[in-house]
Amino acid sequence: MKKTVFLFFILLGLNLAHSQDKNKSVTFEVKGNCWMCKNRIEKTAIKMKGVKFASWNSESKVFKAIIDERKCTVADVQEKIASVGHDSGEYVAPEEVYQNLPTCCKYRDPATSEMDHGNHK
Amino acid sequence: MRIILSILLLMFICNQVHSQIQVKGKVLEYRSDKENIPLPDANVYYLESTVGTTTDASGNFSIPFRADLKKLVISSIGFRSDTLLVNRPNLGNILLYPIVELEEIILEKRVAPLQKSLFSVQNVVTVDSREMLKAACCNLSESFETNPSVDVNISDAVLGAKQIQMLGLNSPYLMFTQENMPSIRGASQIFGLSFIPGSWIEGIQITKGAGSVLNGFESISGHINSELVKPLTDKRFFLNMYANNYERYEFNSRINHNLTDELGVGLYLHANLRNGTIDNNGDSFLDTPLSKQINFMNRWQYMDPESGWVGYANIQYLSDEKELGQTGFNKDTDRLTTNAWGSEINTSRIDISSKLGYVFPELPYQSFGFQTAYSNHSQDSYYGLNQYDIDHSSFYSNFIFNSIIGSTQHKFKTGISLTHDNYDELVNTDEYQRNDTSVGTFFEYTFDNLEGLSFVAGLRADSHNNLGNFLTPRFHLRHSLWDKASFRASFGRGKRGANIFAENQQLFASSRAININNANNGNYYDLNPEKAWNYGLSFIQKLYIWDRVMDFSIDFYRTQFTDQVIVDWENPREVSFYNLEGTSYSNSLQIDLNYEVLQDFHIRATYKYFDVETDYESGRLDKPLQPRYRFFTNLNYETLMDEHGQWRFDFTANWLGRQRLPNTSDNPLEFQLDGHSPSYVLINAQVTKVFSKKFEVYVGGENINNFTQTNPILAANDPFGTYFDSVISYAPVLESAYYIGFRYKI
Repeated sequence: MKKTVFLFFILLGLNLAHSQDKNKSVTFEVKGNCWMCKNRIEKTAIKMKGVKFASWNSESKVFKAIIDERKCTVADVQEKIASVGHDSGEYVAPEEVYQNLPTCCKYRDPATSEMDHGNHK
Repeated sequence: MRIILSILLLMFICNQVHSQIQVKGKVLEYRSDKENIPLPDANVYYLESTVGTTTDASGNFSIPFRADLKKLVISSIGFRSDTLLVNRPNLGNILLYPIVELEEIILEKRVAPLQKSLFSVQNVVTVDSREMLKAACCNLSESFETNPSVDVNISDAVLGAKQIQMLGLNSPYLMFTQENMPSIRGASQIFGLSFIPGSWIEGIQITKGAGSVLNGFESISGHINSELVKPLTDKRFFLNMYANNYERYEFNSRINHNLTDELGVGLYLHANLRNGTIDNNGDSFLDTPLSKQINFMNRWQYMDPESGWVGYANIQYLSDEKELGQTGFNKDTDRLTTNAWGSEINTSRIDISSKLGYVFPELPYQSFGFQTAYSNHSQDSYYGLNQYDIDHSSFYSNFIFNSIIGSTQHKFKTGISLTHDNYDELVNTDEYQRNDTSVGTFFEYTFDNLEGLSFVAGLRADSHNNLGNFLTPRFHLRHSLWDKASFRASFGRGKRGANIFAENQQLFASSRAININNANNGNYYDLNPEKAWNYGLSFIQKLYIWDRVMDFSIDFYRTQFTDQVIVDWENPREVSFYNLEGTSYSNSLQIDLNYEVLQDFHIRATYKYFDVETDYESGRLDKPLQPRYRFFTNLNYETLMDEHGQWRFDFTANWLGRQRLPNTSDNPLEFQLDGHSPSYVLINAQVTKVFSKKFEVYVGGENINNFTQTNPILAANDPFGTYFDSVISYAPVLESAYYIGFRYKI
């Protein structure tokens, strides 16, 4: 009996490990404009526990990450990115955080995407 | 009362809204050479709102005034949108400009041909192929002439080989790699730089200081990596020919073909001929060697981004023949006789290498690479009555695995390497045979806190049959102090066995006796290996001054030898090799300033200070033939590329401070030299006319101010006598040279 329970737990463990990918590729849209946004978005994501790799394309607005699902979820990442000012997946950045972004990063104003971002850093 | 007032106010506002002041305007289409015509159906709307309308058939529109929405956008397909501030009821005529479909718009990112990175952890200068074009000609040794990080010296007055230096130390203390595999080492130390044609090179990375543990333990003062052009991305065809007024001819061609999207093949050919019997200083010796070289490479590249596999395979064959010495020397009748002093250096070399890499498609930060290379270098030569032959076969393999610990903030590289070198030398009547075999493993950790602090810490452990078991630590740190400024620090250790003859071949072009101190009974010609620590600090600041980038950098490096093989020229009758007893160090300070003074006019200025001292048997002395101060400037101007082509102007001046000359006081008075050389300036300049993207012609001059060393060879009139010596070379022997060449590429 003890053996059976043990075996059961092992199987359960295996199953769990299987359903929770430790190198899960995730892709979603993150709003933003420029090189400064890219830095902010990627930095925020990579510093999270469980995020192994983060890359955001300022042209396509596509955010790619590899996460360890045992340590965090896609929603965690989206929420965190939104919390620093960038609308991310379903999560909308809080207004006061958004308003504190540098002018060129205020992606909700279409005029900002036309700005010259070339001189940032 | 208050309520009534409020209602009144409210009504007033309502009324305002209701009465709706109308903003009017007329949208017209701009036509450059004709009358502007009304633009119907253009969209007119408030920025960031849904309030909008369209223009009528005559281009007129009318839209309610909205105090809360101040900006009006006018747009129409095929036209550039316009945004207006609504500050009056009638906006009048608004012109919309058509979007001109240009045939081709190429926005080129203009990266300077010489880049100093703010972000890399190591102090790296990246040089691309455009920089190589500035150099007169044609191989790797000459391509550093416009680069202030590396100094080009002439090995001696007879061989005329160009040697390079970094941080005041000669090339054996530098690590050269070609595509990150060791090259120009062992037997090819003196001439190897001239075996890599400049036109095959895509870019060079010059790392000052300790370097990385990935490529081995030998580098001490720095690491120079050259990347060759890649068949899949290179031009389909390239042809370059060059000639100078001393009958030096060069031929370079490259042909590339893509067999599939993933597989490309390239055939590269270089040939050169130096045919001029030049003796302008009248010392009966050739001012520049006669030579013939054929250099051929077949290169394969495989790249499949889908599967993540990348591969390269190269095979290179080189044959180089040099003839030097007295102008009256005839190699068929005078070889190894005292009829005339002459020398032949014949080299053939084969290099085979391959690289295989795999990037895990799902994990972009994880990859592995496997490099393997084999080379065989065979040099047969004689210098007057001295005979020197060397055969060097070398095998190198390295496996590297890249991944992360937790996240890309923590990266690591680890792997193992296996090398084997076999040397067979004949020095006059003495034979030397040596095998070097080593197995090593390394681990390098890179940390980036993403806030401007990063470091690379590496350690390798090697087991070597002649050097023993040892550890090689290397460390680099970078910190962003403030905006556009980086501070770097590094330290590391290197260890190597000196190939005393191959590295100092110029000694054979003298009557000096060879003296090897065998007291230590070491593994390298009875000498112990060399070991040194290198420490460095550097600072770089980039600034925008009048909208143009200026960068300023300063670095200081110290190399401290704990073991060294001293090459002692201080007795004019001898060259002695012995292990260091005491202190030997090199301090170097470099200050650089790069600025675009006017549009497309760049200036580079560098000041260098070297303090290189060694305890010789005769006491502590400055390193001979090493200027204490150097000043370098490069001016570059390019006109804009248009349908008539482009002009490029380049000017380089090198000022070398006085150099200590080896002691000659034991010679008879007529063969004695001053204690120091004079300081002098070398000027090179080049003009390139680009006719089209395909064709360009260049002309230029080297040593334009015509500075040459007086009396470069001691006792040149008696080359078999006791005082003959050509090793004390502090300046060019060859007078001004002028050249012309073209490049054709498709």
